[in-house]
Amino acid sequence: MSNIFTSSVGKKFIMSLAGLFLIIFLVLHLSINITLILFKTPETFNKAATFMGNNPVIKIMEVVLFGGILLHMIYGAVLQIQNLLARPVRYKKSNYSQTSFFSKYMLHTAIIITIFLVIHLLDFWIKNKFLGEVHDITYADGKTYHDLGALVIERFQIGWVVIVYVVLLLGLGFHLHHSFQSAFQTLGLNHKTYTPVIKALGVIYSIVVAGGFISIPVVIYFLK
Amino acid sequence: MNITLKIWRQKNRDDKGKFVTYKLGDVSAEMTFLEMLDYLNEKLIREGADPVAFDSDCREGICGMCGLYINGRPNGPRKGVTTCQLSMSAFKDGDTITVEPWRAKAFPVIKDLVVDRTSFDKIIQAGGYISVNTGAAPEANAIPVKKENAERAFDAGICIGCGSCVAACTNASAMLFVSAKVSQLALLPQGRVEAKERVRAMVQAMDELGFGNCSNTGACEVECPKEISLSHIARLNREYFTAGIT
Repeated sequence: MSNIFTSSVGKKFIMSLAGLFLIIFLVLHLSINITLILFKTPETFNKAATFMGNNPVIKIMEVVLFGGILLHMIYGAVLQIQNLLARPVRYKKSNYSQTSFFSKYMLHTAIIITIFLVIHLLDFWIKNKFLGEVHDITYADGKTYHDLGALVIERFQIGWVVIVYVVLLLGLGFHLHHSFQSAFQTLGLNHKTYTPVIKALGVIYSIVVAGGFISIPVVIYFLK
Repeated sequence: MNITLKIWRQKNRDDKGKFVTYKLGDVSAEMTFLEMLDYLNEKLIREGADPVAFDSDCREGICGMCGLYINGRPNGPRKGVTTCQLSMSAFKDGDTITVEPWRAKAFPVIKDLVVDRTSFDKIIQAGGYISVNTGAAPEANAIPVKKENAERAFDAGICIGCGSCVAACTNASAMLFVSAKVSQLALLPQGRVEAKERVRAMVQAMDELGFGNCSNTGACEVECPKEISLSHIARLNREYFTAGIT
């Protein structure tokens, strides 16, 4: 297994595993965030967010998550540099092959996601975790929670913030559109019957996840 | 018809190279692309100019020598054909056709449109074979092969090693070629004996020769003149991982 970290196929294996982990994370993240627009008050969201912030298992997973993101980014960067070096002289006229549109722009969408990640972490995660900009709120159960929901709703009252989020999240959607099925292919899972299903699931996944995340700032801006 | 050709001219490996434009009249739609280049070269020779160097051998889509990058695609606009099988009927009067050699670090240009594809030979030498004892050929039907596997092995085995996959790939990856060669042998009992060593050695050779990494865009599958499927790349990945953990 020593080649798993150095060979082209091995590096992609690690990248796809990290990617699939992030794909699962996004579902969890969305399922909590969507409660902000599904319910009248951010109570459910705040309770879930507080649970996520205090649960020891989730705390460990948070470290794993950042590790996964870093691993995916570092391996992606290494592979991309090798890819650029593999064609030192470019074609004058190229890229006319009839292939899937989004697969050609994985690097571009990856850069968009990285920008988004920085903005997003500065916006909420840092403010909540380190800057103490989140107030406490006590609910009917007598317990006190971080009112992160209020911070989110406040942030998405600003038009340009909403636009930035929507545009950058579209980049995430485009990235996911290719990555879901690509990860399976890299892991060697290609089957006459199941691959078309995986591809369809990938498209549905990317639309639901990106659409779901996009709907949050938009709905908050217009309705809350 | 009258066409304008923008052809990459490069004297040798070290020359920087440049595009040269040629106007060519009286091109028949019934010519193949290579016949059109022959026609251009006859004209250049008559004028005392250096003819355009390009590779070709069988001119019937079997040998894999002739690949050219035509108008931004390997082997031009038609699907499932080599450059020699490309008919000039794919173009129309007044068209400008850009012709470039395969571009990859592992395929250095020797002259004009001719590239050195020794890298593919090196990958095959690393493991793309089965070791057999000398002697009389054994009875062909003595080893049973599942029909489905025989067909899949054949589908992979029709790879002619032309390099269109590398040329088409945005990363200049050789994964479709290598996977076809790995699959062809991995699917048959005779190839299973050395399957683990083969896939490791061929992937290692591919990496060392400076090919890029597969990013599953599928351009290789679309442009392969033999229409070899991406499913072989998945099989290579499977073979590689199982070779690693077993």
